[in-house]
Parts: sequence; structure tokens; C-alpha cells
Amino acid sequence: MKKENSIFMKIVRNQCFIPLMALLLLVVFNLIADPGFFKITLADNSAGNPILSGFLITILDSGSELAILAIGMTLVTAASGGQDISVGAAVAIAGSVLLRVLCGTNSRPETLQAPIIAAFLVSCVAAMLFGAFNGVLVAYFKIQPMIATLILYTAGRSIAAWINNNELPVISEPSFKYFGEFIPGIPIPTPFFIAVACMIVTALALKFTNLRLYTQAVGINQSSSRLNGLNPAVIKVMSFVILGVCVAVVALIKVSRIATINYSVIAKDIEMDAILAVALGGNALSGGRFNMAASIIGAYVIQFLTTTLYKFKVQSDALPAYKAVVVIVLVVVSAPVVREWFAGFSKKFMKREAA
Amino acid sequence: MSKNQASAAGSFRDKLKNLTDTNLLLAITIIVFFLMYLGAVLFQGGGFLKPQAFFNILSANAALVILSCGLSLVMITGGIDISVGGVTALISMCCAVYLDFHGGNVMTSAVIALAIGLGFGLFQGFLVAYLDIQPFIVTLAGMFFARGLTTIVNTKPFNVANEAFTKLKMTRVTVPFMGSVNKRGIYVDAYVEIGVAVAVLVVILMFCFLRWTKLGRSFYAVGGNAQSALMLGINVKRTRFISHVLCGLLAGIGGFVYFLHVGSGSASHAAGAEMDAIASSIIGGTMLTGGVGNIAGTFFGVLSLGTIQNIVSSAGLDQAWWSGITRAVMLCLFLVIQSVVMARKKKA
Repeated sequence: MKKENSIFMKIVRNQCFIPLMALLLLVVFNLIADPGFFKITLADNSAGNPILSGFLITILDSGSELAILAIGMTLVTAASGGQDISVGAAVAIAGSVLLRVLCGTNSRPETLQAPIIAAFLVSCVAAMLFGAFNGVLVAYFKIQPMIATLILYTAGRSIAAWINNNELPVISEPSFKYFGEFIPGIPIPTPFFIAVACMIVTALALKFTNLRLYTQAVGINQSSSRLNGLNPAVIKVMSFVILGVCVAVVALIKVSRIATINYSVIAKDIEMDAILAVALGGNALSGGRFNMAASIIGAYVIQFLTTTLYKFKVQSDALPAYKAVVVIVLVVVSAPVVREWFAGFSKKFMKREAA
Repeated sequence: MSKNQASAAGSFRDKLKNLTDTNLLLAITIIVFFLMYLGAVLFQGGGFLKPQAFFNILSANAALVILSCGLSLVMITGGIDISVGGVTALISMCCAVYLDFHGGNVMTSAVIALAIGLGFGLFQGFLVAYLDIQPFIVTLAGMFFARGLTTIVNTKPFNVANEAFTKLKMTRVTVPFMGSVNKRGIYVDAYVEIGVAVAVLVVILMFCFLRWTKLGRSFYAVGGNAQSALMLGINVKRTRFISHVLCGLLAGIGGFVYFLHVGSGSASHAAGAEMDAIASSIIGGTMLTGGVGNIAGTFFGVLSLGTIQNIVSSAGLDQAWWSGITRAVMLCLFLVIQSVVMARKKKA
């Protein structure tokens, strides 16, 4: 009896428990409301290639962008104890750079002006530079992360528009669409594979390098990590730069989806979702220990929520209101004060039961 | 205060050394504002010399002044509130819908505006102060909630046609002795919108509140060092709570003044207003870390931003992206200045 209890407690204590419970809740809700939600069909698309479609595939597809961002956001949260709210604007910048390199000065080129991989690398460098800018403000000028990133949050979309002279380049090359949609012959959307690749790289980095140890050390106690010979500032900047790489990957997917860009709409409100994914994964938003797997599951759960809301005909502009309620519930439940209160309450209850 | 006595006989250098953080940052702000206005007059011609040009900047930024005052209060206690822009949009939409679709009267709509602002303030204040949740997360959720709710209330933007409201909207307050002679040689009175009167009143009230009331002083104590404030017997939680409630209330007033200025409801109203308000407070010398700040500085901060905006648009750079970039550069600059000033102070 006692052993069972301890295994049960172990499962409950696991960080992945919270997002998985949330997922279960959503699945049950959708099963009751409309089982058609889980239908997946295999059909030919306009190009004649077989593709899978259905709400679950949409979640897998769009959730992958979020999962990639959640990886970087988890690191930034752990190291700096704050969140980067400029990721949406940074995606706009990276996407704009990508298109600028691909199209050159002509906004509707017949052929690509540069190989896609080169353009991606350039946009990667740009995103890393902006990440480093945020990181330097946070680490060396000691500005709170959310305020420091507020700068780019405001200016980012303007900079993105400025890079392309406020034009909207369109790419007609069909192979460019592979990254955001489907590779011919493979019925699963490509972003999922990109996300899996990112996860593998992250898992390897966490396993074989000191990334996890150093990030957590800086997040838990900055001055003691400094006394142990780490340079907290460098670690913080690095976490922002890694987030920059994630941003560039997401920008590639986002731009590839529509083969063009809309500066004010691309990746709108995605910062909220990314922060939500980290919080839902049970990671402390004040930094320190983190669980990457929980964040990634959290990201897919958030997308599940979004898709569910869409299915119930909630307007895209109204979505943030519902998500804000989820955030508030999450942070209230995980607040130490509330937890203590609950613990005290359940102890009292147990005592009464025993008596 | 002691600094006055100490610097009475001292050189300028001593004076600078003895300036409190608040006054040093305030001095920087006021100097920057005057330099900028001077620059505008020099490069943009005499248009900026007329008092009316200045009053136009005031009229356009009256709502921002009020919002920034609220943010300064919260920032002085060491918190932050980024929901004010969303709340402003929500208020303008709710008031517009109430006035046009439900035939309400203006006074009640003002009460609605205050109630919305106060509601947000109370709820966010409770979460931040008593449940000890990071203010940024709480108010970020508040911002998204308010923006989302605005679209739920009504999707399409529209202008308010209510007669009593338009009458109030067109009401102008003449400023004595500041008029100028126009091209035909007729003397024209200088005027400001009614919102400016409200904004000036708010600035004076808040300035007095922070400077001379016990509660106002405790704001600084809590922001400077919550631990020692607690030991001095200040109710830290209640002080934080009150700062958020006041900020919410001011967001309500600011939201209504904004609504009075634009006269329409739209979900995209006051986009980035929270950013402008934070920037104004920071430019005005309020420290993000809390404990340092001055409402007078905030007022000059808003004016600086407004002047920049005017320079940018009158220089022909009126493409939308320029204003975003210039504002961000300003904010970045002042954040770095603050950070450097504080680092030097600590060393000295």
C-alpha cells in the first residue's frame, strides 16, 4: 500500500505530470464535445502528393514552431530569471533578412538570388546578433530581461519592415515551400521533422556538455556560480544567442509556409505562447532548475488549446483573452503562497480524517 | 534637505556629487528635453517656437501623461504594469459601444472607464502583492486579456456619434497670455484639449502625494529596500497593492482621456502605449529597480517622447516604422544611462 503510494507520488511529482494532465483534460474535453476532432485523413493536395490532414496534424505542425521556441525560452528563463518578450518581433526580423537575401533587390525574383542554406545562415547570424543585443543589456547592463527585450519588442517589426524597404517579397520557387509544408512523398508536415532535429541537438547538448549545469547554476545563485569560476554574464548572453538560433529556425518555417512575409502579423503573440509553454512545463519563471522535455510537451499542449479554441470558432484576435486566463490560473496555482495554503489545508483535512 | 546645506558653498562638482539619485536623473531628463526642443526650433524652423505647437504636443499626449504617472507609481515600488495599453483600448471600446449602441450618457461612461481600470488594478494588485507572483507575468496576462476582451466586445472599429460626447470632445480650454498673432494679424488664443487639464491635475496630485504624504513616502521605502521597509513597520504588501490599484485607477482616467481625444473605439487603439508609458517613466528618471523616481520627471519624459514624435513626423520621416525605432532607441539610451549612472554611484 505504502509503496504504491510512493510510486503514485513520484508520478505526480514529475514535472511532465502537469502538462500531460492538461493534455489529458483537453483530450477528454474534445472527445466529449466532438470526437471528429481526432479524425485524420490522407488525401492528395493540389500538387498531387499524399498528405495527412486533420486537427491533430495541425497541432503537430504549428506546435513544432512553438516547441522550437520553447527550447530557447526555457534556457533564457533558467539562466536570467526572466523571459524574452521580443521573440515575435525577432522572428519578423529573421524572416525579413531571409527574404532579403533570397530575393536581393528585386521583390519578385524569377530565380532565387542565393541558396536557401546561405540565406538561412545569414538570418541565423542576424537573429543571434539581436539575441546578443538583448543578452548584453541583461547581463552587462543588469536590466531586467523583460524590460530589456521590450526595446526589441517595440522596434522589431519596424526594423523588419525597414530591412525590406516595406516591400513584401514573394518567392515563387517551389522547393522553398518544403520547409513549412510538405516534402513531396512524405505525408507528415516538415516542421515536425525540423522540431525533432532541434530536440535531438538540444538533448545531445544537454547530455554531453555542461550547458545544463552552468545554466542552472547561474539561474539558482549568480554570485555563488561566479565564486565557483563561472562567468554568469557570458552564460546569460549565450542563452539569449541560443534563443536567437531557435528564432531563426522558426522564421524559416514561418516564411516558408506562405512564401512571403507580413511584418505586423507574422509570429504575432507568439511570445505569450512560448512563455506559457515554459510555465506549463512547471519550470519556475524566476529561473533556476528546468526540465526541457516538460517545456516541449507544454508547447504542444498550448497548440492543442489554441486549435481547440479555433475549432469552437473563437476569433484569432480574441484568443489572447482565453490564454491569459490560463496563464493566470497557472501562475496562481503554482505560486508558493497558494501552495503553502493548500498544503496547510490538506494537512488539516488529513488530521480531521484521522481523528 | 541636507543636500542644499552641504552644497551651499561647494563647487559645481560637489553639487553634482551630492545630488540624490532622483534629482540627478531628473536633471538629465529636463536638460535633454530642453536641448531637444531647442534642436527642433533650430532645425525645423519657427513652428516649434509658437506656444500652440507645445500645447498641441500636450494635447496629443495628455492620456500618456496620466498612464505614465500610474506606471511611475508602480515602478517606484519596484513593480511594473504593462497592461495599461490594453486597458486603454478596452475602455475606449466599452465606452464607445455603451455610448452608441446603448444610448448611454457621458458621465456614466466615465464611471465605466474608472470601474474597468480599478477592476484591473485591484485584481492585478492582489495577485502581485498578496500571492507574490511576478508583476510582469501578471500584467502581461492582463494586457493580453484586455486586448482579447476588446475584440470580444466589438470587432470593428467605429467612430462615436453621440452628441453630448462630441460636444465634450470639442471643448477647448483657453490658456491665458499664451496666444499668438496669426498671419492676418489677429490675436488667437492658445488652447488645449480638456484632457490636458485632467492630466495636469493628476500630475500635481500625484506629485504632492508622493512627496508629502506618509503613504507616498512609503512607496519609495518599499521600492528601495522592501526588507528594511518591513522592519520600519511599513506594510509592504499593502503598499504594493495600493500602488497597483492607483495605477489601475489612473489607467481608467487615462483611458477615458484617450477616448475623449480619439473619439472612437478600436481594438488597435493605444498600441504600444504601455511601452511609451514605461519609456516616459524611465526617461523621467524612474528607476526600474524601484525606490527612485519623480512625477515631474515623468511629465518631462512624456514631453520628450512627444517632441521626438513631432520632429520625426515634421522631418518627413512619417513612415510608420520610424516612430517605433526612434522610441526604442530613446528607451535603450536611457536604460543604459541609468545603468551606468547607478554603477558609478555604487562605486563612489
